Amino acid sequence: MLGLIADVSYWTQSLLRVFGGIVAILLPAGTIVYVFLFKMMSFMQSRLGPMEAGPFGSLQLFAEVGKWLQKEDLYPERADRFIFKMAPLIVLSSTFLLVAVVPFGPDAWFTNFEAGVFYALAVSSVSVLGILIAGWASANKYSLLGGLRAAGQLIAYELPMVLAVVGVVIQAGTMNLQQIVVAQNTGSIFGWAGLGNPYILTQCVGFVIFMIAVQAELTQAPFDMPIAESELVSGYMTEYSGFRFLIFFIGEFATAGVFAFIASVLFLGGWGVPFSWFGWTSIDSIDNWMNVVGPLIMFTKMMLLVFVIMWVRFSYPRFREDQLQRFAWKSLIPLSLVNIMATSVLKVAF
Amino acid sequence: MSPFLRSYLTVVWFGLAAFLLGGLLLWLASLLRPVKPNPEKVLAYESGVNPVGEGWSQSQIRYYVFALLFVVFDVEAVFLFPWATQLERYGSFGLIEMGVFVAVLLLGLVYAWRKGVLRWV
Repeated sequence: MLGLIADVSYWTQSLLRVFGGIVAILLPAGTIVYVFLFKMMSFMQSRLGPMEAGPFGSLQLFAEVGKWLQKEDLYPERADRFIFKMAPLIVLSSTFLLVAVVPFGPDAWFTNFEAGVFYALAVSSVSVLGILIAGWASANKYSLLGGLRAAGQLIAYELPMVLAVVGVVIQAGTMNLQQIVVAQNTGSIFGWAGLGNPYILTQCVGFVIFMIAVQAELTQAPFDMPIAESELVSGYMTEYSGFRFLIFFIGEFATAGVFAFIASVLFLGGWGVPFSWFGWTSIDSIDNWMNVVGPLIMFTKMMLLVFVIMWVRFSYPRFREDQLQRFAWKSLIPLSLVNIMATSVLKVAF
Repeated sequence: MSPFLRSYLTVVWFGLAAFLLGGLLLWLASLLRPVKPNPEKVLAYESGVNPVGEGWSQSQIRYYVFALLFVVFDVEAVFLFPWATQLERYGSFGLIEMGVFVAVLLLGLVYAWRKGVLRWV
């Protein structure tokens, strides 16, 4: 995880990075499931949620994992056995590939690609493959329909997401996520540098489009047509049971956390605080303690964004399939193209 | 190996880690879980009634035109990103150039719209 330990051998470094990545995936996923899915949803529905395991049900997650570990692993007899088994792992690997690019501090990063934004957008669509495979391999009509719907939805909302990010890249003039963070925190609003210049202010349209697209990519309600339980049972996950199902589930919420990380890097200033507070000028002059505080700032911003995602999820009824496609193609894509042109005109004019 | 390729090798480790972690957990589960399949359990699930016909039933893939449109716009994004990073250098020349490019693509979208392709029937 740490660029700090550059004198350690390559293999130790890689191992540490991978462990850091596992923490950066499982910790947010667990927190999201407990705080939002168990507790916040319960409170919004006037009930208490899990209360038995541990104080306020805080050990419920461990109880759940213990339960799922003991469940029988069933395959439908007609299923395409090998790719049926692989599908959840492919969805999980998409999350791992995505977290590899998130920066958590001036030296606390896993990879520091020049084309970081591009890489993130590219690997985020690997999960579509896993979902399509799961839908096809199950040899079940519900699964097949769910998988096809998921693929249709994910490619429709991939575009607004990609195009919304172009605005940020135009403003920052770079695709490197670290430099995007630095550009936001060294920026100024009409000459006042007290808050930096988080792109949520200038790219508010892009931010809203990005968050809507994230909601759809995560297949959270109101965009959960692929797993619409009232018509497709559970969509592409219908035939999965036991721990394979739980891997889909972990993947879903871990990806929510990682997308929130990426959104906070692109729009909320990432791990940084406005550099003018401490008299920093560039990324090299940042004090080392930011490598500890940075991850905490990222975690806070992640929780804020996931709160919004979950709030929408618990509040809105599901879109119909045709409404969902119409919204993406006829509203979001033209709007994001206009946003790109407006941003670039302003960038050239000023 | 160049530092550039090495930094991309980290991605491979992350991908492998996902499979290893998932595999480890599934192996752990295989020590604990029962294995008692019977013909009823392995039937395809169709809300409680016996499955009718094949699981891989014929269904209309409605969005193949959407998929074609998606490819067009995705390739556009590939061109947009390098342009976006260098916009400051290109100035108003780059702006007009990309304006024409985006306008042509928007026309394509409007054409598809008018033709009723974007209707999910």
